[in-house]
Amino acid sequence: MKISRKDFLRLSGLGCVGLTFRKLAAAAGRTRWGMAIDTAKCLKQPDCTKCIEACNHAHNVPQLPDPRHTVKWIWKEPFDRAFLNQVDDYSPLRAAPVMVLCNHCDDPPCVRVCPTQATFKRDDGIVEMDYHRCIGCRYCMAACPYGSRSFNWQDPRAYIHQPNPDFPTRTKGVVEKCNFCSERLAVGQPPACVAVCPEKALVFGNLADPHSEIRQLLASRRHMRRKPELGTQPQVFYIV
Amino acid sequence: MLMFEKALTGSRRYWIWLACLFAVMLAGLLAYRRQLDYGLGITGLSRDVTWGLYIAQFTFLVGVAASAVMVVLPYYIHHVKAFARLTILGEFLAIAAVTMCMLFIFVDMGQPTRVFNVLLYPTPHSLMFWDMISLAGYLVLNAVIAFTTLRAERESVAPPVWITAVIFLSVPWAVSIHTVTAFLYNGLPGRSLWLTAILAPRFLASAFASGPALLILLAMIIAKVNHLPSPREPIQKLATIVTYAMVISVFFVLMEFFTAFYSHIPEHTESLRYMFAGLGGHARLAPWMWVSMLLAAVSLVLLLVPRYRHHDTLLAAACGMVFVSLWIDKGIGLIVAGFIPSPFGAVTEYSPSLPEILITLGIWAVGALILTVLYKIAFSVREGVLFSPTPSAKAEVLT
Amino acid sequence: MRDRPVIYCGLLLFAGFLTLPIWHNLAAHVTTKGPAPVLPAHEKQCVAPLAYMRTSHMDLLFDWRADVVRQSGRDYTTFDGRHYNMSLTKTCLQCHGSKAEFCDRCHNYTAVSLPCWNCHLDVKPVLRSAR
Repeated sequence: MKISRKDFLRLSGLGCVGLTFRKLAAAAGRTRWGMAIDTAKCLKQPDCTKCIEACNHAHNVPQLPDPRHTVKWIWKEPFDRAFLNQVDDYSPLRAAPVMVLCNHCDDPPCVRVCPTQATFKRDDGIVEMDYHRCIGCRYCMAACPYGSRSFNWQDPRAYIHQPNPDFPTRTKGVVEKCNFCSERLAVGQPPACVAVCPEKALVFGNLADPHSEIRQLLASRRHMRRKPELGTQPQVFYIV
Repeated sequence: MLMFEKALTGSRRYWIWLACLFAVMLAGLLAYRRQLDYGLGITGLSRDVTWGLYIAQFTFLVGVAASAVMVVLPYYIHHVKAFARLTILGEFLAIAAVTMCMLFIFVDMGQPTRVFNVLLYPTPHSLMFWDMISLAGYLVLNAVIAFTTLRAERESVAPPVWITAVIFLSVPWAVSIHTVTAFLYNGLPGRSLWLTAILAPRFLASAFASGPALLILLAMIIAKVNHLPSPREPIQKLATIVTYAMVISVFFVLMEFFTAFYSHIPEHTESLRYMFAGLGGHARLAPWMWVSMLLAAVSLVLLLVPRYRHHDTLLAAACGMVFVSLWIDKGIGLIVAGFIPSPFGAVTEYSPSLPEILITLGIWAVGALILTVLYKIAFSVREGVLFSPTPSAKAEVLT
Repeated sequence: MRDRPVIYCGLLLFAGFLTLPIWHNLAAHVTTKGPAPVLPAHEKQCVAPLAYMRTSHMDLLFDWRADVVRQSGRDYTTFDGRHYNMSLTKTCLQCHGSKAEFCDRCHNYTAVSLPCWNCHLDVKPVLRSAR
């Protein structure tokens, strides 16, 4: 069927405009999950590991004795290690532990490099893992500038001490990481780490909603992100 | 077409060599079975150093594979007659090397049964996807070129006209396979040792030094084993290429040092510091790197002085040193040190485990087997006259 | 003529090898009884018609997998309007008991080995070990 050049150009133009409107409409009502970590509140209980335990239990994260094979989704690092080369010798925060986890970056290098799209960015901002598709090449682990990802160097089942029947385990040969508890968000619950924190140091919410608690917190308190110069746009903010 | 029957007859030495290779392959296979069963945890890899011996060998061998272009380009495009008899050796070396590359990637995968996911879910923004495409394409290209030209030689006819286009394609393709491999590393924002624009040129320079060096050694070995005189002219021309490429490769490495240690930027200096001096008491890689530097320096002396370069034994020593030096640099140093220090500044050292080494040796044995069989075919076709002067006009490829 | 004993031995070995399935099954006391999956006691209708589930339950599970993991969808509406959560452990196994009682019966019979259970939990054994 023949179409005149004028009609073709007109239809293409309309198509482009339509697509743009769809994107804008999607952006207007959208969700962008993010987390703010209040380092001072967290330090009020320096030996607390409730968020780590909650996450490990909720997701059947294995506890491996060999430090080379550690699998961790959220854990503590000293401040000057989490914020490498950003902390001077006179800072009181130098050795203070901070929680680190996957930053669910807006421009994630791990998603960029995955050859099978086994790790991908959802519309709501979560960088998700598809354990069925992962070929275990570990390219995402090389690409992640934050060291957020862990690999299953062997079958993890023997190292899961109290399996949670509500969530699968993983198998050997796949990469895993924090998923912002997408399975809990799907039923309207906050992430496990956020829910269990006794000091309410972890604040989770919709960054696209200007009236959300997290947005108000970020607007009122000074905060920083890990390795901002890399352009990854991490969505985990540290209130300092 | 493939003339494999020519590989089924051979001298006693030939069969003993193959038997040794099969033994090494068997050891590797048994170790790989253990790895499939237990997981990649039987290697020396860790959460911090996630790529090690396997991927490093792959990186090095892509260079060796790409180096076939260093004989193909001068001969087919610039009509350097000296390389007439050598192109087939370069192409067969490329086939063996690319096969080894693919095997190293395969044994490094956590879920190897899912390897076809890369093709089922093509991902153009991932360099690993393009790496698979370019390696597979290069393998096919070289196989087609090598077997077509060899078959034509056997029938004493000129190769078909279309082979010219395929050969011309293989030249940029060779450059592309190693550029794509470099791109795997130098686009990663978190790994400062690799985040350098000069990585692809470094890879190409070291490829064009190590590959032809190996080719020289192979030509000398074949000549010796078959009681033939060493093909002087092609080897000397290749030696010139090795010399220039090695000089450029060492120059590039020194450039890296300057950028890092003059700028004093910690991210740039720390990995290099680990490689050559160690960090926080951890210096497992340092002896290797210094040996690599020493071998490079000595080999350059032997290559740059014409009297030494023209001397067969010294040239062989120099080529061996070039190969080992660059193998250490690319095949051990670069990949492992890219992960040290970790994104948290921690140093987790890496040593390959025994199963890892056995699997690696097994794959090298596979490559050696492929190379032996293919060279045997070429040798049989040429009826033992592997390095004769330029063949008759009818059999010449491009006049 | 000297080769005759060797040839006969070889033929005997070959015949033995060819009839191996018969000997092996006899020795392992394999019966002709078919698979006997334990059917759910309380539910009579699965999420899809029986005929479809018999032939294509794997396709249904793949669709569920793609929906849950890649499209963030969890709700499944059956052909007759019921709603279920798309989950192997939390929906399928709620009626079908456990992998050993149901899934394995046919899969073992047909020599189908699946990677599903490397990750997805078989509820009853898990709860037993957790107690």
